[in-house]
Amino acid sequence: MSGINKKKLQDWFWAYLMILPTLAGTLIFSIWPLIQSFYLAFTKWGAFGSYEWGGTVNFERMLGDTVLWQSLRNTIVYTVGSVPAGIALSIVVAALLNTKIRGMSTYRTLYFLPVVTMPVAVAMVWRWLYNADFGLLNHMLRSVGIEGPRWLTDPKYAMLSLIIVSVWSSIGYNMVIFLSGLQGISKQYYEAADIDGASAFVQFFRITLPLLTPTIFFVTVTSLISAFQVFELIFTMIGINSPVIRHTQSIVFYFYRQAFVNMDKGYASAIALLLFAIIMAVTIVQFRLQRRWVHYE
Amino acid sequence: MSKHGSRQRINGKLVVHVILILGALLMVGPFVWMVLTSFMSLGESTRVPPVIIPSQLRWQNYQRVFTSFPFLRFYWNTFSTTVAKVVGQVLLCSMAGYAFARIRFPGRDFLFLLILSVLMVPSQAYIIPRYLLMVKFGWLNTLTALIVPNLASSFGTFLLRQFYLSLPVELEEAATLDGCNHFQIWYKVYAPLAKSGMIALAIFVALWSWNDLMWPLIVNSSPLKMPLSAGLASLQGQYGTDFPLLMAGSLMAVAPMIILFMVLQNQFVEGIALTGTKG
Repeated sequence: MSGINKKKLQDWFWAYLMILPTLAGTLIFSIWPLIQSFYLAFTKWGAFGSYEWGGTVNFERMLGDTVLWQSLRNTIVYTVGSVPAGIALSIVVAALLNTKIRGMSTYRTLYFLPVVTMPVAVAMVWRWLYNADFGLLNHMLRSVGIEGPRWLTDPKYAMLSLIIVSVWSSIGYNMVIFLSGLQGISKQYYEAADIDGASAFVQFFRITLPLLTPTIFFVTVTSLISAFQVFELIFTMIGINSPVIRHTQSIVFYFYRQAFVNMDKGYASAIALLLFAIIMAVTIVQFRLQRRWVHYE
Repeated sequence: MSKHGSRQRINGKLVVHVILILGALLMVGPFVWMVLTSFMSLGESTRVPPVIIPSQLRWQNYQRVFTSFPFLRFYWNTFSTTVAKVVGQVLLCSMAGYAFARIRFPGRDFLFLLILSVLMVPSQAYIIPRYLLMVKFGWLNTLTALIVPNLASSFGTFLLRQFYLSLPVELEEAATLDGCNHFQIWYKVYAPLAKSGMIALAIFVALWSWNDLMWPLIVNSSPLKMPLSAGLASLQGQYGTDFPLLMAGSLMAVAPMIILFMVLQNQFVEGIALTGTKG
């Protein structure tokens, strides 16, 4: 009896020891700071990093801050513009690669390249391609008689430019996930459909897409979360001093600006909580809606 | 009839190839343009009509990156912090993942959920107090600030726990009879079997660490402690339209990850597929 207890205590000891570094790291560097953020959101910051209790002053300020709401709007436009297009294109590429085509792994490598490329470098090369005077894109448009826009400094085009880059760099990642989802679909469905004489087109919409919905759901949830947190692309491609920054800055960019440029960490904390709440809400809604369109086999 | 069918199939394949090749050109084009521009002179890069192939291989742009910036320093900062984070995270997550998957202990489910809950929180929601903590510790402008706060990982713990759960329990019983404690069972028996999971995690961590921008931007403003990502961003700040220089710098910054990807391609793909199906 006491032997069993001793063994148990020993197991517990090793278990706690083995989770200790991860637990401590999580508590010190994530969970405790998260709790502090809730407090900081209610503080007023003065010069030189001093702060005092400010009640709901930051939340009141939020209501009247048109720049904040504009940046939220920008984030939504960016998300709605990039996530569905990115998912649709990566499904198409994955489906094409899944047709037992030759050179499949070469294609996969090429489409995946942007995924392993540093976002700052991606933004840099695209800034060059988009350059209004000497960029390749406008050179190409000029050669067919079109005067290209000032992609990154015209408020009408800046967001579109960001969305294009976002789609370009996300296709490879999603494609790999969809490819593994497609490979999990049983061949029997297609064989049966072949016997019935269903065309490849019909098979795609009647078999492939419905059976891929669990993967589509997963990719949608993660893509929306990361699109809502877009920062690097705007920081590098547009930049804080650009005349179009108001039309392109995301909520995270605005958060960064308030926290580390304007040094108003109280207001920035309130913005961070708003972002947190939005992401939670969007994710919960998606889980609620999943029953309506996700088919589990 | 069958002849007609196979002809149609060949035509179909051709269409698929044409679409995929066009797509591939769009994906690779910017990289090719990066390479070509990096060898151009400033004059060539701003000519109308454009110069596509530079008249000679100008390595000067690459030299200029090193002379106008502490680029080697950036490299070292990125490289050393990435190695430290990869080794540290894989080790810590592997241990914690094993304990959560294989040992029964009081508070296990609560502690696991506590760690997991961080996954649902956007990092902005804790980044300010985390920064203030760095100030308090005196870690601003040190590599420690880039490494230590990122050693514990909810994602990695979850991923490897799933992995250990899928391994057979019988191995543990045999090892227990030999008188091993759980730590020994982990590193002698289970850790070697979870190698593919750990490699997948290592790749993720390497990629995130190499490419991360926001955190280094916040904690390390001194050029001597900047990683490549932040260094490159500041390069752009000073040489905004010197694209040959910027492309040379970018290319050097992304090359190691691209090479790593080429070498470990299958592991990259399997790792991502793993999180997509088990996540």
